[in-house]
Amino acid sequence: MPENQGPDKTFRDGLAEGQINLQQCNDCKKFIFFPRVLCPHCKGRSLTWHPASGGGIVHTTTTVRRKPERGGDYNVCMVELAEGVRMMSRVDEISPAEVTIGLPVTAFVGEIDGVPAVLCKPVED
Amino acid sequence: MGDQLRGKSAIVGVGHAGFGEAPGFSAYDIMAQSALAALDDAGLKLSDVDGLFCTMMEDAMPVLMAAEYLGIQPRYVDGTMTGGSSFVNYLTSATLALQAGLCDVALICYGSNQRTASGRLVTASKLPPYEGLYNPRYPISAYAMAAARHMYEYGTTREQLADVAVAARAWAQHNPEAFERGALTREDVLGARMVGDPLTTRDCCLVTDGGGAIVMVRADRARDFPKAPVYVLGAAAASSHRQISQMQDFTVTAARDSGKRAFAMAGVTPGDIDVVELYDAFTINTILFLEDLGFCAKGEGGGFVADGRIAPGGALPVNTNGGGLSCVHPGMYGIFTVIEAARQIRGDAPGLQQDNVELALAHGNGGVLSSQVTAILGAASTV
Ligand SMILES: [Zn+2]
Repeated sequence: MPENQGPDKTFRDGLAEGQINLQQCNDCKKFIFFPRVLCPHCKGRSLTWHPASGGGIVHTTTTVRRKPERGGDYNVCMVELAEGVRMMSRVDEISPAEVTIGLPVTAFVGEIDGVPAVLCKPVED
Repeated sequence: MGDQLRGKSAIVGVGHAGFGEAPGFSAYDIMAQSALAALDDAGLKLSDVDGLFCTMMEDAMPVLMAAEYLGIQPRYVDGTMTGGSSFVNYLTSATLALQAGLCDVALICYGSNQRTASGRLVTASKLPPYEGLYNPRYPISAYAMAAARHMYEYGTTREQLADVAVAARAWAQHNPEAFERGALTREDVLGARMVGDPLTTRDCCLVTDGGGAIVMVRADRARDFPKAPVYVLGAAAASSHRQISQMQDFTVTAARDSGKRAFAMAGVTPGDIDVVELYDAFTINTILFLEDLGFCAKGEGGGFVADGRIAPGGALPVNTNGGGLSCVHPGMYGIFTVIEAARQIRGDAPGLQQDNVELALAHGNGGVLSSQVTAILGAASTV
């Protein structure tokens, strides 16, 4: 992946191609999110991009209540990816009330208002 | 703030204005009315103020706008913006500036007209770039997710959350300055409109107009003013994140750190505190802060607040003015924790004045549980 552009651009370029990419610190080996130019854990400056596995767990969740005529209720959650990073996301394919803490999910690249976004769906049995 | 600053500064005036609704008044009008009230309380004039500590929801440079509006040219200004905790944080920077001789009269002030201007909670910040897309309701979705996690890990119940709101209302019912004074039951809270599970409208702070101000001087001249001085015995800040997705543990706030250092500086423990004033933007806040500040163990906050323990007549007086849940919440509430704590120590609280208050804790919260600032205030007998 290109090294001569900012990390936010690299992340968004990945999403545009349907790929969730995460930075891993070459020193402490931890994955980080959000994208940045240093490791917030060990302060290392050497980071490498890797595709995320897509595995994740709902760490916490809420239903944003909204009137039906304005689109109805929707989910906002924190997903913890298998790589150990946490990000805001939304669980699709089930109703907001069915999204629970600890739910295993698969993260994928979907769209919100035409913009590529990391979304989640329940892991299929 | 180090031990050498313990008791070196004092609050000699407090004031407020525009509580509830102040139609037609701008945020700066309300800020200025509050400043004048605090200066009157201290027996000082605007021309005496040479240190200004202020931030507002409006503008990129609110401290300059405030100085301009007040017609003063302060020698020292601090407009550090850490959200609603800013004003508790200013107790530290004002103490430092006073002690260093950078100013002699410090004015901390704030005002907002958010209720009459927009009718909804105004926040000064844009949504963070990796969160805005998901359209969280800011800031409630963040606090709702913290509450959900606390319920999941510790079995905290919606009834216990509701009891925080019920206690706040019970205090407010005795406070003529409070905006919401009607009866409120646990069932009322649980049955109110759900806005972000597990929080209903009654788990959320008010949206009001209002402003507050505090006047501080060095301790060596604090007895030269009309009202009994209230000393800053300890103050400490801690920050853990800005975006809620970056909060390491959704059930533990940086108040654990700010509280520990503030108590150490003051040389007192939670058991010594007579009244507790916490930034209760949402009912979960009170539970988290009581735990993190050491009033009860982690995970036990739900049980601690239940059944009137923090209500009038309970074992621990918390948010004796009614708090942000029932007294006033003009966008940022932090300054009112200090004002109520100071008035309880002086003995002129507007609502239920507690007996023999010598030590009070004021705790400010900023962002989405991001910035935590704890202050321990004391009467002259504690210095
Ligand atoms: Zn590292």
